Amino acid sequence: MPERIATIASRSGLHARPAALFAEAAGDVGVEVTIAMQGDPEDDALDASSILSLMTLGAAKGDVVVLRAAGDGADAALDSLVKLLETDLDAE
Amino acid sequence: MQNFPGVGVSPGRIIGTIRQMPKPISEPPAGEQLAGGTSAEEATAALKAASQAVHDELKARAAHASGDGKAVLEATALMAKDTMLIKGAAKLVARGLSSERAIWESGSSVAEMLHNLGGYMAERATDVLDVRARIVAELRGVPAPGIPTSSTPFILVAEDLAPADTATLDPNKVLALVTAGGGPQSHTAIIARSLGLPAVVAAVGVDELPDGTDVYVDGAAGTITAEPDESLRAAAEAWAATASLLAEFSGTGTTADGHLVPLLANVGGGKDAEAAAKLGAQGVGLFRTEFCFLERDSEPSVEEQAAAYKSVFDAFPGKKVVLRTLDAGADKPLPFLTDSTEPNPALGVRGYRTDFTTPGVLDRQLEAIALAEKQSEADVWVMAPMISTAEEAARFASMCADAGIKTPGVMVEVPSAALTAEAILREVGFASLGTNDLTQYAMAADRQLGPLANLNTPWQPAVLRLVGLTVEGSRAEGHNKPVGVCGEAAADPALAVVLTGLGVNTLSMTARSLAAVAAVLKTVTLAEAQQLAKLALSAPSATEAKAWVREKLPVLEELGL
Repeated sequence: MPERIATIASRSGLHARPAALFAEAAGDVGVEVTIAMQGDPEDDALDASSILSLMTLGAAKGDVVVLRAAGDGADAALDSLVKLLETDLDAE
Repeated sequence: MQNFPGVGVSPGRIIGTIRQMPKPISEPPAGEQLAGGTSAEEATAALKAASQAVHDELKARAAHASGDGKAVLEATALMAKDTMLIKGAAKLVARGLSSERAIWESGSSVAEMLHNLGGYMAERATDVLDVRARIVAELRGVPAPGIPTSSTPFILVAEDLAPADTATLDPNKVLALVTAGGGPQSHTAIIARSLGLPAVVAAVGVDELPDGTDVYVDGAAGTITAEPDESLRAAAEAWAATASLLAEFSGTGTTADGHLVPLLANVGGGKDAEAAAKLGAQGVGLFRTEFCFLERDSEPSVEEQAAAYKSVFDAFPGKKVVLRTLDAGADKPLPFLTDSTEPNPALGVRGYRTDFTTPGVLDRQLEAIALAEKQSEADVWVMAPMISTAEEAARFASMCADAGIKTPGVMVEVPSAALTAEAILREVGFASLGTNDLTQYAMAADRQLGPLANLNTPWQPAVLRLVGLTVEGSRAEGHNKPVGVCGEAAADPALAVVLTGLGVNTLSMTARSLAAVAAVLKTVTLAEAQQLAKLALSAPSATEAKAWVREKLPVLEELGL
């Protein structure tokens, strides 16, 4: 299954507005994407389009997360989501 | 015509049609099963449709909002169709629970999880519970909780309004506020005065009126009349004409014989301060700094605080700005400072007292204030809330001195501070009476409770006596240290006259009330104000104190105040 790692760039971490923007984007890519902290088992991965899951993940600025997806368009979807995580969304 | 007597909290006479605030959504009974003939698949589909509808509604509202409000609505919209919430509910439906009960329980467990994470996440638990109530309302086919939306302006009627409701209130759509519960110091009253909306609280039975009823609201007299007649329609028209006259304040508060009573504004931040300066405020008598801290899960940096304070100072170059240090606790909890499990928060660790349990926050705030003062031209005074003893006042003064703040002072809200004002004022440079809390503590009556509304008015002779004692304490101390009032009492023009007569030096209020207070104050001499103060103190009850004083001030009736 395609996967990518990304480092959280938003100052407030994956909370509040950055979490909302990311969850919405993850819900719009057309494939199911999961997110987990790097090193956590794949079984514990959470739905990346769920803002509540993202909030409980508690990823802070500088934390490294793993995104996974399967199916048509998975690679392109993951690339676009990595770009979003590595942008400081609080600055926009 | 049907009359509903209540307590007037913000003047104005207006006629409009009412919209009732929907009742809170009741909890679906524990264990409620799927209705006979409904399959789990059908119930889950209904749940998803309801969640999508709530999402779309919130998303549409976000499109019309701006700033922080927009961000909150967008995040809340996403929660409405969140897989964690919906899948949790779908599992319960598969086990036979009704869709309403399932989403209720799923929402509870998500909210509890967020609550246990603490800080920012704990605050979002409220949003999950709001979304849950909206989905249940959608499933039941009843109006969603919250302020109703309408294309035409209306009079909002509710049991009571919470701070969260008032934050989403659109002053262009709401003509007046009427509540069946709540007291004169409730959030409804405070928001109505700051928005300049006529308001009546504690009007029992008014929440039973059907939507669309025409009512007349008199926010000074505290009356509501359903199906008003021609004479009331004429009264509302006359008010509309005088209201425009009361919009202008010349910028000098004075009695008829030239005794100056500077009229200052209560503000929460830079935008408020700019608006207050435009309305002619002679300075700021209460800058509530906690507004810079609310919605935060950690303490803002000294630099960030200084920038927020400077934005207020910059609106009043060369003028007095009285800043109140962080007043967290009771109805204004802060996750990093206050303990939400206290059994009796109004009597708990709040205001200045948070320095006992979390030292450092106050020192850093004073450092930020001193930094902002250096970069601005305002005359900055700093006071601590909830001071109870001269010892606390002395300690606060030395903390201010260490930070380089020249004019330290105290709020007088605890009756003990009024009773020992002389000793307290030996330690600090000024005192400011916070009449809302002073009333709540003197009368032992919770500010938010409708049934206690008659106790909870600053017209209580006991409260007026405490004001008088504070002024006497300052005189006995001997250095003419100023005593101001910065509670909502100062915004009541009749009470403003009484406070002036009691010897209060400055009055600070919501900026919208400046013009009305100035207009009434300049019709009396200082000697007349002193007579009225004596009259109020001699009254056997708050009701008589108010009635006796108002009777001697015919200008109030002429202006519809």
